[in-house]
Amino acid sequence: MTTLEKKATLDALDALESESIHIFREVAGEFDRPVILFSGGKDSTLLVHLAVKAFAPAPVPFPLLHVDTGHNFDEVIDFRDSIVERLGLRLEVAKVQDYIDDGRLVERADGTRNPLQTQPLLDAIVENRFDAVFGGGRRDEERARAKERIMSLRDAFGRWDPRKQRPELWNLYNGRHAPGEHVRVFPISNWTELDVWRYIQREEIELPSIYYAHRREVYKRDGMWLAEGPWGGPRSTETVENLSVRYRTVGDGSCTGAVESTATTLDEIIAEVTASRLTERGATRADDRLSEAAMEDRKREGYF
Amino acid sequence: MGSAGSHRDLLRFATAGSVDDGKSTLVGRLLYDTKSVLADQIEAVQRASVDKGLSTPDLSLLVDGLRAEREQGITIDVAYRYFGTPTREFVLADTPGHVQYTRNTVTGASTAELGVLLVDARNGIVEQTRRHATVLAMLRVPRLVLAINKIDLVGYDEETLRAIEKEFTGLARSLGFADDAVQTIPVSALVGDNVVERSEHTPWYDGPTLLGHLESVPVVGPEVAKPFRMPVQYVIRPRTEELHDYRGYAGQIAAGTVAPGDTVVVLPEGRETTVTHVDTADGPLDEGTAGRSVTIRLADDIDISRGDMLVAADAQPAVTSEIDATLCWLSDKPLRPNARLLLKHGTRTTQVMVGAPESRIDTDTLTEVEADALSLNDIGRVTVRTADPLPVDEYADIRATGSFLLIDPPTGNTLAAGLVGTPLALSPAE
Repeated sequence: MTTLEKKATLDALDALESESIHIFREVAGEFDRPVILFSGGKDSTLLVHLAVKAFAPAPVPFPLLHVDTGHNFDEVIDFRDSIVERLGLRLEVAKVQDYIDDGRLVERADGTRNPLQTQPLLDAIVENRFDAVFGGGRRDEERARAKERIMSLRDAFGRWDPRKQRPELWNLYNGRHAPGEHVRVFPISNWTELDVWRYIQREEIELPSIYYAHRREVYKRDGMWLAEGPWGGPRSTETVENLSVRYRTVGDGSCTGAVESTATTLDEIIAEVTASRLTERGATRADDRLSEAAMEDRKREGYF
Repeated sequence: MGSAGSHRDLLRFATAGSVDDGKSTLVGRLLYDTKSVLADQIEAVQRASVDKGLSTPDLSLLVDGLRAEREQGITIDVAYRYFGTPTREFVLADTPGHVQYTRNTVTGASTAELGVLLVDARNGIVEQTRRHATVLAMLRVPRLVLAINKIDLVGYDEETLRAIEKEFTGLARSLGFADDAVQTIPVSALVGDNVVERSEHTPWYDGPTLLGHLESVPVVGPEVAKPFRMPVQYVIRPRTEELHDYRGYAGQIAAGTVAPGDTVVVLPEGRETTVTHVDTADGPLDEGTAGRSVTIRLADDIDISRGDMLVAADAQPAVTSEIDATLCWLSDKPLRPNARLLLKHGTRTTQVMVGAPESRIDTDTLTEVEADALSLNDIGRVTVRTADPLPVDEYADIRATGSFLLIDPPTGNTLAAGLVGTPLALSPAE
């Protein structure tokens, strides 16, 4: 490598970081009321970290929105609140539980609440007049997401029509929308799971403790290790075991599985993710196993 | 730092070709052989292949993501794929062949540093190869690979392949590619020959495998050696007590480099000033290079806002309200004469009037023909009059500041991709 090449080549993480920062700044420049979806999970924590870097030394010019399924891990909620307090940001919470309590939504037979998030999300967007909604979706996660744009137009009903997507060229994003419509924005579209972990390590980003190996009472269902919680517990035929586990994704507790792991450091997690033969969604998300096109169907209805 | 500790860079590339050429299978093979496809995805593909009555797993099912695509066995939209090796990460824009080929190829090529064209060894260079190569050349994708697929079906015959190679080299040359920017590789995506593993059946081929080539081509884009350009995205003003006077201009460097002490000009106004800081959240840089997002502080208090562009004082772009451009028409709604549209260039959106098309490129004959309209997938030349003067470079010189979008005001839809100047010089039709 010549000196010019060495100096000129951003490494992969630098290139991804710069791309994400560019996207945040485009939205800040072109939209009136953006919001970042923030659950306290690793991808949305990464989003907030990138937003901080995009506007430093000024504060992040957007509030955060959490669509709360009510099936939470305490560690994640504590973490969410500590981040909000540390950064001095405003947090809106849209609660699935409120919708179930007053009958607007009905608990599903399988107890899973991820699909129930769509309506509270869309209502929160309308009530707060949010016109751009940042999400932590990545194209490597799932086949339908591989075809998602970085800026993706949603109609007044929040629906995604994959056949009517705008072509996205160079780094010129077209976020024009009519009143009532909004745009979903995915600044980490081009990151892989491994990129996320490598960057978390490089930037020393704090995460909820459940991403690291710990001992937990779990039971096996559909090949996944589930933990007991407000969402329910083991059936009489399922036995509880005390195992060393960690979470690769954090979602609704009723359908997010843990993986057996002894990885307590980022080095160990990166080694584990590198060697894993399962995708993070395949390993830990029951909701994506519903059908071949489960994610596509939920996206069409307005889900992330 | 990362566990590898070494410098791992990123290559963005695009593939073009039709389903019949086995493109989805080639992409599936690249992902499969680099172990980027994991067990649960392979199981899903195996299940679906059995359901469809196939005896071997259909690797194209890894790639075709939407329900309609799987049902119809076609690829509708550009799909982005990710894989990596110990030395490099890859972002692959996989662009479908027959349906809306210009729209998809232009989209995939716009960010690509390399394009892989696929042909069937039994058919050689066909019309579609010419079209795709033309689009890649026009979009100034720096490097080209011709993957001659299904070599197993021509008995690994050297002469067949050499003949295709020769024809393609001639085509690439006529489109302006230097010989060292073009690589021909005989592959079988189905069997795996020369994709990741070197084939035993092609002893006469001494070039790299496809993955070997992707891993070794230089990724430094030509933009770094160009004059400095940075569209201003956002003005950062913390307004806190200790940073009361901080005023930074945030943007991603589109071309060249910038360092404290550099003289820059703010366009379109034309005020000259000096860079004092190239800031990032991790601290100031000695020098910022193309591709990096930075925040620039200047010596003088000038009124600068989103839409302005900072450029090198000694190599400025033209500031003009009349742009000769090449348009790739991406919409079902055709271009009408004297259309009033919106144009997005850098970080500025302005009103424009687009004159009647002067000519259209016939991608079958690679000549310019007369045209009075542009419709979906057409490529043509127009003159665009802008309400605000814009600082533009020729697309052939700097991709980022020589490109723009045309937007339909009532729907907000993207109608066309615009390239300033004539990035591809062709002879007029006889």
